[in-house]
This record gives sequence, structure tokens and C-alpha cells, in this order.
Amino acid sequence: MMKRITTPLTTEVISTLNCGEQVLLSGIIYTARDSAHKRLTDSIKKGEEIPFNLQGQIIYYVGPTPARPGQVIGSAGPTTSTRMDEYAPLLMEHGLKGMIGKGKRNESVRKSIQAHQAVYFAAVGGAAALISQSIISAKVLAYPELGPEAIYQLEVKDFPVTVVNDVYGRDMYEEGIAKYKI
Amino acid sequence: MRELDKEIVVSTISRLCLEANTNLPLDVAKAINHAKDNEVSACGRDVLTQISRNIDIAREQHMPLCQDTGAAVFFVELGRDVHLNFDLEEAINEGVRDGYTQGYLRKSMVRDPLKRVNTNDNTPAIIYLKSVAGEKLKVTFAPKGGGTENMSTLKLLMPYAGEEAVKEFIIDTVKQAGPNPCPPVIVGVGIGGTFEKAAYLAKEALLRPFDIVHSDPYYANMEQELLERINALGIGPMGLGGRTTALRVLINVFPCHIASLPVAVNMQCHCARHLEHEI
Repeated sequence: MMKRITTPLTTEVISTLNCGEQVLLSGIIYTARDSAHKRLTDSIKKGEEIPFNLQGQIIYYVGPTPARPGQVIGSAGPTTSTRMDEYAPLLMEHGLKGMIGKGKRNESVRKSIQAHQAVYFAAVGGAAALISQSIISAKVLAYPELGPEAIYQLEVKDFPVTVVNDVYGRDMYEEGIAKYKI
Repeated sequence: MRELDKEIVVSTISRLCLEANTNLPLDVAKAINHAKDNEVSACGRDVLTQISRNIDIAREQHMPLCQDTGAAVFFVELGRDVHLNFDLEEAINEGVRDGYTQGYLRKSMVRDPLKRVNTNDNTPAIIYLKSVAGEKLKVTFAPKGGGTENMSTLKLLMPYAGEEAVKEFIIDTVKQAGPNPCPPVIVGVGIGGTFEKAAYLAKEALLRPFDIVHSDPYYANMEQELLERINALGIGPMGLGGRTTALRVLINVFPCHIASLPVAVNMQCHCARHLEHEI
């Protein structure tokens, strides 16, 4: 039986998540890629208000395909998280609790995850049509001019993700290799 | 001499864009299912199961397999007995514009690499044109996602470095990339030529069907050895640990300068989309 968790995330829930664990995620999450991250962090640095309150929230690194008429959203798999490493620590400082993407995080992000009691999840890259089935509503929240890079507010139900970096400083990418290397 | 109609080229390109982005080649899908049945890591099996289900959903519902519907890369073989009274590059771009818009595919191209404003129609396409015998036009469309492309490498080795240095460079590229290029990957390798020719060879290698073994047994063996050594790295599906890190290593070689040994590695995610059509 897979663990089910709901957003917003609390420190208590995050403390129960362990590296390598598969989780089904439900609730509201926000999308942002490179350009949106740049704008969000620029606004924070200038002391301006940002489009949503980061407290306890999760950002999903995705730029979906356009929805066809009648669709909630197009295909929506994760993009490479490494490109957001530059911006993630500041967002965690301001309350962000979770990130969903794919690929390695740098040392600074991994330290921030521990320092701010957050978590990094991986979704399956290239499983975009499958993942879109767990998105039950989607609306553009900010930066519509960025097209696929706009910030969307998504409601997800049982979105399958795996814990990669937990609050205990563990990293599934390192542990997986250690276990299966010949 | 055969006269070819522009409209046919445009509509063929448009159809290829949609079809290739929603329907994974059968050989790739089969290799993923085979890996799923043989992967030793439970987490890895789960990832491969999700990838396999994604292939079915995308095909049945005509949805893009991946949200990154890629840069539009075309390998074009133009028969010498075909006459065109239009600009082929323009017709291909028109087809891409139509296919990506009508097909609700993501537009991922920016006009300028530093100013970064989206062209909003996924043009311009990246086009490689070859002149061949005959009166046909053969188009192969291979959309390329940014995540795997970013993990690709190129190195000009010293000729005396030899075979082992080439192998180590290829394996190290996969190792350094880790989870980022969405493993299981297909490793396209170009050895020889010049700086840019090696990169072209690596990309072209990715088009070879999985059931076709390299025509030179020397390279067929090298591909097999590299595949085994890459799968011993332990990276696994999506980098979460396991024995399926690559599905294939595909090598293309070309003569080169006496002073050179260029090697290029073009990484391709498991969503290895490509489709050809002959007009």
C-alpha cells in the first residue's frame, strides 16, 4: 500500500518521508520552470509580492503541452530540476516545502532541503501522458505571456512521485547507484 | 524528372510531427517492455511500468508522449530526379508550424539563444539534407528534447589514445549525466569525421532500428560491451537505481584526419521518437 499525502505539506508529514519511498500526492501544487523561477526570485529580492503564498507549498517543474479543447491539461511530465538549483534555496527560505522534477540537485539545494525541512520528489520523466491523468484541474495563475512557462495552479489526485532527497540528508540517486553498481 | 507538389510536402511534415510525438517506434516500446520484465530493482520496475503505460495512453489518446515535444530535427534525402519549384526548407518549416499548432504540441524554440523569445510555432526546424539517387523524397523526423540533448558531449581525443579512451569517454558521459537525461537512454555515438561531423554522426546513429546489428563486427562487439558496462553503473530507470541504464549503444563511424580522433555522444531519453515517410 503506497503512502498518500496531501498538500500543503507540514514539517510532520515531511519527517515521515524517506528517500526511495513512493508516494501518491494529492491537492494543490504550482508549476514553474526557468523563466518563472527567475521572475519569482527577482520579485522576492525586490521585496515585491509574488503570485502565490509559498508556505507549505510544492512547485512542480513542468512546461505542459497545450490542452486540446475539453482537456484539463496537455501532457505534463517533469523537466530537469538542475536548472532550478540556482533559485530553489531562496524559495525554501520563504516557505516552499516541496519540489517535483527529475534529475540531480546541487549541494546548495540539498543543504537547504535539510535546513528548511523540505523534500525533493522525482516524477517519471517522459511519462507525460500518464501523469496528466492525475491532474484534475489546471488554471494559469501568473505570467501567461510565458506560454508553457507560465505558473499554473494544478489540483492533482494520486500523482505518483518518489522521494529523492529527504530531510535526513539522504539522496536516492546516490543510494540507488551504490546498491546496483556492479 | 518528377515534379513534387509543395502541399504534399507540407501536409506530410505536419502529419509526421503529430504522429511521431504520440506514437513511439515499436522497437523502442518492445525494448522498454523487455527491460521491465528483467529489471532487478523494484523501483526501476515501477518506473518502467509507468513508461510502458504512458506509451499506451499516448497512442490510444493521441497525446504527446512527453511534454517536451522537442526541437524539430529532420533528416531529408532528396532524390536527384525530383524537381521542386518551391523552397524545401520553407515547406518543412510550414509543415512544422502547422503540425505543432494543429497537434497541440509544445513550442519550445526561442528565436535567439541569448535573447530567448519563443518563436511560438516551434520553427525553425533543424534540417540535414542529403542528395541521393532516384525520384523520391524521404523525410525522417526525430524531435529532440532539451533534457537529454543537454547531457550530450564531444571530445577531440589524441589518435594514440585508442579504443579504450573512446569507450571510457562514452561511459563517463552516461555516468556524469546520471538521472538527468531520463534513463533508460539510447546512447548515440559518432566516432571520426571532424568536430561537427562527429556530432552529426552521433545524432544520426540514434535512427538505427534496434533489431539491426552494426554491419562491422568490430563495432557490433564494441556496442555490446559498452551496453554491458553502462548497465553495470547502477544508475537504473530514471536514475533511481537498477540495471537498466541504457537500452542500446549505437555507433556511427567515419574516416578522419591523421591527427584527430573525434568522439561525440548524443544522449537520447527512452522516449526515442522518430518516424520516416517517403513521398
